[in-house]
Amino acid sequence: MKVLVCVKRVPDTGGGFKLTPDGMRVDTTNVGFAVSPHEECAVEEAIRIIEKHGGSSTVLTLGPPAAGEQLREAIAKGITGAILVEAEDYESWDPAATAQAIAETVKPLGFDLLLFGNESADTCNYQVGVRVAHLLELPCVTGIKALEIQNGKAIAKRETKDGWEVYEVTLPAVFTVKEGINTPRHPSLRGIMSAKKVPIEQKRVTKPAPQLVRKALKKPQEGRQLEILGQGPEAVPKIVEKLRELGAI
Amino acid sequence: MILAILETAKQAISEASWETITAACDLAQKTNDSVTALLIGREVRALAPTLSGVSTVLVAEDPQLDSYIPEAFAKIVSEVIKQKSPQIVLAPGTETGNDLMARVAARLGLGLATNCTEFHLTRSGEGQGEVRVTRSNWGGSLLEEVEILSKPILLTLQPHAIPAHAAAGPEPAIEALSPTLTAKEFRVRVKELLRSEKKGISLTEAKIVIGGGRGLGSAEAFKMLEELASLLGNAAVGATRVATNNNWRPHSDQIGQTGAQIAPDLYIACGISGAIQHMVGCKNSKKILAINKDAEAPIFQRADYGVIGDLHQIVPALIAELKRVKGA
Ligand SMILES: Cc1cc2nc3c(=O)[nH]c(=O)nc-3n(C[C@H](O)[C@H](O)[C@H](O)COP(=O)(O)OP(=O)(O)OC[C@H]3O[C@@H](n4cnc5c(N)ncnc54)[C@H](O)[C@@H]3O)c2cc1C
Ligand SMILES: Cc1cc2nc3c(=O)[nH]c(=O)nc-3n(C[C@H](O)[C@H](O)[C@H](O)COP(=O)(O)OP(=O)(O)OC[C@H]3O[C@@H](n4cnc5c(N)ncnc54)[C@H](O)[C@@H]3O)c2cc1C
Repeated sequence: MKVLVCVKRVPDTGGGFKLTPDGMRVDTTNVGFAVSPHEECAVEEAIRIIEKHGGSSTVLTLGPPAAGEQLREAIAKGITGAILVEAEDYESWDPAATAQAIAETVKPLGFDLLLFGNESADTCNYQVGVRVAHLLELPCVTGIKALEIQNGKAIAKRETKDGWEVYEVTLPAVFTVKEGINTPRHPSLRGIMSAKKVPIEQKRVTKPAPQLVRKALKKPQEGRQLEILGQGPEAVPKIVEKLRELGAI
Repeated sequence: MILAILETAKQAISEASWETITAACDLAQKTNDSVTALLIGREVRALAPTLSGVSTVLVAEDPQLDSYIPEAFAKIVSEVIKQKSPQIVLAPGTETGNDLMARVAARLGLGLATNCTEFHLTRSGEGQGEVRVTRSNWGGSLLEEVEILSKPILLTLQPHAIPAHAAAGPEPAIEALSPTLTAKEFRVRVKELLRSEKKGISLTEAKIVIGGGRGLGSAEAFKMLEELASLLGNAAVGATRVATNNNWRPHSDQIGQTGAQIAPDLYIACGISGAIQHMVGCKNSKKILAINKDAEAPIFQRADYGVIGDLHQIVPALIAELKRVKGA
């Protein structure tokens, strides 16, 4: 079994966003970087599948050299190989261009299973995995929350309002994963140490012409006025009064 | 022509599809254009006459299309686009809508802007002019304005961004299509449907949601939130990613960018810092009450009511008081 998982380096913003003065991007001064929770789960799923069925797992990212950090985090958890597709001017790539570069890179490598996040954390375009599948002429199921491999087939489940849709497709195939499919492990100290030694394969690609061009980034309106009801358990009568006012009791 | 792709569920047009029709009609009015709608399914023709405001309804029926079959639907939409040459194609930005349009965009080699909230057209008609849209980033925490260079313009509409309103107009013309589908389009399809047992009030339907975060400290501590929920009635318990990642709660309880989006009358956030990725899942709550021991926590900038202090003292005291009040 050869499994590929694709991740994207994004700023790890918690408390709030600061935008750059030109309003074009998130200011990443003094912020760490991460991958989306969906992609963390895709990494975990790849590791589990290889633990169970044997084979190799590869993590791939398209981005700046610094994205090697996200590849090593995946290796530290148990992924066995890594590819960095170095993209100049990576902020102006669009989903079609990203998919084309990924498809070109992985086509000769013959993966049986290709995992993506359902959508990336930042630009949320919901399409890179589907586009890669199309370019490689592979079947694709999006937004899955369960996956099982049996005799060259993949059984994937998608959650709906009333239950689960069960899909069965023949490998090789592409899946886009949603958080909840598993609980990702933390890397072990030994994993972190040995990840430093695993070589990262570097690839270069030329940028296909983009069809989507970002013009501005802005924050939506937030309009709440805070009223402090009190401190500690002494605030309880005030809370009850408020709950009553709101019709909650 | 503006082409609106509609979703049906249980023999009805979905809410997100009505929103799509409204948005398509607004766009058509601004550009002096007309709207054509596309219905795909096993038996969907009966729904066509209800679509007033739309000039033509294309109906693609096939006995095999008993549920959403991704490649078959994508082939039908792609062929309609090739034959009818619309300026703009708009679909609901639901899971299915985004899946479908990504496949259509890949087949036609076109760009696709998903989850749009606003449209800015400088000129249309000739297929020229600049088309910019505002779309949701970070699950809605930020908005991005993008220009789309490829034609026709493919878009999906963020659910709830534009409220659906009924458009007046004569009954639309109906045109039946006869799709040609091959086995290839059926290699991805639902093999089985599993129904899940409903237990209690669901997060997305509850009038009151009580959320717990890292401040809860254990799975055990969530029992007191459950007790508070049962005292309030029509209430459900949710959680942050920290709580689900620690296995204190199942992922289905997670509220936020990669969890559920809720819109209750009241959200009570306990021991939650108020990270944007959490708040984007509860920002549509009518009122937010936060209990946090740190007066500087960002949640207090995003709440209506705040209580500063240890939730492990405040919540039990609140439960005791509610029991007393209810008993009285
Ligand atoms: C580090 C970085 C920063 C960027 N910053 C900006 C910016 O500030 N402004 C701007 O307009 N554009 C930016 N882009 C480009 C833009 O985000 C691309 O459109 C993007 O690569 C594709 O869209 P998406 O990530 O929203 O795709 P989606 O379709 O939402 O992604 C689905 C899945 O595809 C995979 N995937 C997506 N992108 C990559 C990737 N690069 N490498 C590996 N797998 C991937 C992941 O598994 C992801 O979960 C940036 C790209 C990168 C790599
Ligand atoms: C792309 C992306 C998507 C994400 N999606 C989600 C998502 O869907 N949902 C989600 O929740 N998160 C999501 N996150 C994670 C998010 O950024 C935060 O890390 C998370 O929401 C923090 O959870 P928390 O508030 O429980 O924990 P913390 O941020 O650690 O906050 C705990 C809070 O509890 C308070 N506290 C501690 N003890 C007590 C006490 N005894 N009494 C009162 N208060 C106390 C502290 O003062 C603190 O403010 C996502 C992150 C990324 C990058």
